[in-house]
Amino acid sequence: MTALAEPLVVRADRPFWRRNVTLTVVLYVVLALGSLVFVYPFLWMIATSLRSLAGAGNSGASVVPHEFLWDNYTRAVTSFPFWRYALNSVLTTLIPIVGTVFSCSLAGFAFARLRVRFAGVLFAVVLATMLLPGEVTMVPQFMLFNNFGMVDTLYPLILPAFFGSPFYIFLFRQFFARMPSELADAAVVDGCGWFKTFWLVYLPLARPAVVAVSILLFMGYWNNFLGPAIYINSDQWKTLPLALAGFQSVNGTDTPLLMATSVLITLPCLLIFFVAQKQITNGITFSGGK
Amino acid sequence: MNPTIGWIRDLAASWGVPTALVPLVPFLLLLIVLYAVIGLAAYGARRKWPRADKTIAFWLFVSPWLIGFCLFTLGPMASSIYVSLTSWDLITPPQFVGLANYTEAFQDPQVAQALKVTLLYAVISVPLQTVLAFLVALLLNTDLPGMRFFRTVWYLPSLVSGVAQMVLFLWVFNPQYGLANDVLAHFGIQGPGWFNDSAWALPTVILMSLWTVGGAMVIYLAGLKDVPSNLYEAAALDGAGPVRQFWHVTLPQLSPIILFNALTGIIGSLQIFTQGFIANGGPKDSLLFFVYYLYDNAFQNFRMGYASALAWILFVVILALTAVTLRGSAFAVYYETELGRKRRRR
Repeated sequence: MTALAEPLVVRADRPFWRRNVTLTVVLYVVLALGSLVFVYPFLWMIATSLRSLAGAGNSGASVVPHEFLWDNYTRAVTSFPFWRYALNSVLTTLIPIVGTVFSCSLAGFAFARLRVRFAGVLFAVVLATMLLPGEVTMVPQFMLFNNFGMVDTLYPLILPAFFGSPFYIFLFRQFFARMPSELADAAVVDGCGWFKTFWLVYLPLARPAVVAVSILLFMGYWNNFLGPAIYINSDQWKTLPLALAGFQSVNGTDTPLLMATSVLITLPCLLIFFVAQKQITNGITFSGGK
Repeated sequence: MNPTIGWIRDLAASWGVPTALVPLVPFLLLLIVLYAVIGLAAYGARRKWPRADKTIAFWLFVSPWLIGFCLFTLGPMASSIYVSLTSWDLITPPQFVGLANYTEAFQDPQVAQALKVTLLYAVISVPLQTVLAFLVALLLNTDLPGMRFFRTVWYLPSLVSGVAQMVLFLWVFNPQYGLANDVLAHFGIQGPGWFNDSAWALPTVILMSLWTVGGAMVIYLAGLKDVPSNLYEAAALDGAGPVRQFWHVTLPQLSPIILFNALTGIIGSLQIFTQGFIANGGPKDSLLFFVYYLYDNAFQNFRMGYASALAWILFVVILALTAVTLRGSAFAVYYETELGRKRRRR
């Protein structure tokens, strides 16, 4: 009997790619080549951002940094109102994150924990709007903000966040639904109102979800381009991606400068990624699939 | 500016409200009035039905979303239908023109071009991305040492914003100085004109989109981790090798996630905008993506009616493609819960 059981145990413990040396080598070669393909444009962007205009023109595929023109970065920050745009980007990222997390966690909690009449119908509506492409409401929303005199201000990029977004409502609902309901019962027995129960009991427990959602939202809002392209015309209110797009068309030949600006725009996302890698994968995981 | 609320703004300005906040005043007033009504209703309901606190709380909790839904989705959709039947440049009052915008759209060669480009992009890039992301996830799911490093590297490109990405790749695919042609030259291949060549522009964007498969890959990775290991053990006991385990365990278990990624991929690819915008539609309209053409009509030419009609056409296209995908995948997707339900019925 042991003679039969043993190979099976080996089978379960050591997957086929571990038992075959050639295969392991092939896997590593594929992995290394793939990593090169994925990371090379990145390195090239950084290398180009440190070159002179002439150097960028004739160094081809090389990422070997034979020049270090940190001046490109100084120019990127000074040759156009970089900090002004950065401030606009920060405003249109941080405030909407707070707004979205607040409104979506509130609605998500209601859908998960307060089972009342019509809640099911309303939740079906939330799911249906998830499928609706934003382009259908793009033009009339512009008119709405135009009526409020908000075109060419940051308000159209900030205000809608306070009114929930179906995808994140769904996400929060899934998260709250998995929490034990005894918590709510106990809090209500202790005389907490529903809002207090939500604010003092459930929301603190949902911190992993809040963090993950905030990070996903950061990437979304920071890189948002269509919104600013629609609502912002004057230089004063441009966000970084919009400024870079304008810069690209005005100043298309100064590639090192463009690359330096691109690196600066990507930097916050990279930093957050390295700090919060685990939370990001968590966030993507419970947003996707099953 | 709307004359009916202009006076509120003027009043606020005369009271010394900071100029940056003035546009907010009418909006906040509207909100205050709305919440006063909602609050009063909740108070009244609580006095009349003291035990309905759960219901009241529910409606209060969803009220931000509900208001937003009416204000930013339902209202705009309704008005969008009306606007699509008018001719309107935002300055002179809208003129009702019936279905003229739609008939024009069906005869507009640029609409045909935009539909062609966008659908081609979706039909080619979505399957490519789905397959590639899945293969990459399988590869990165092996438990070799150093895998965390590889996963990080393959995910990194997904963090680069659309504009920065396009700026970078315009230069990578520069016919004279670019990275791509330089690499090809080392192999003795004369590279094409990429973005400058109308025949190559769309394939180049598709190629570029493969750089960011990391986002979808992470979702597959999570799914692969969720496959119960006893299924593999059972399959191995039955004598199934790695290939058969893949076909009979991994693939069925992951099919809902593949469908999810394919659907979001389709919807996302039909809404592609930034690449077309930065490339100005590409040479000979080769990158005239539908949303870019819509944007151009609405916010460059101020043809609000025509743009609204285009938006509805896009909506129908997205709906149709989604429905086709759902229908076509129905036989291939395996849901654990459904099977469970069927068994219980027996």
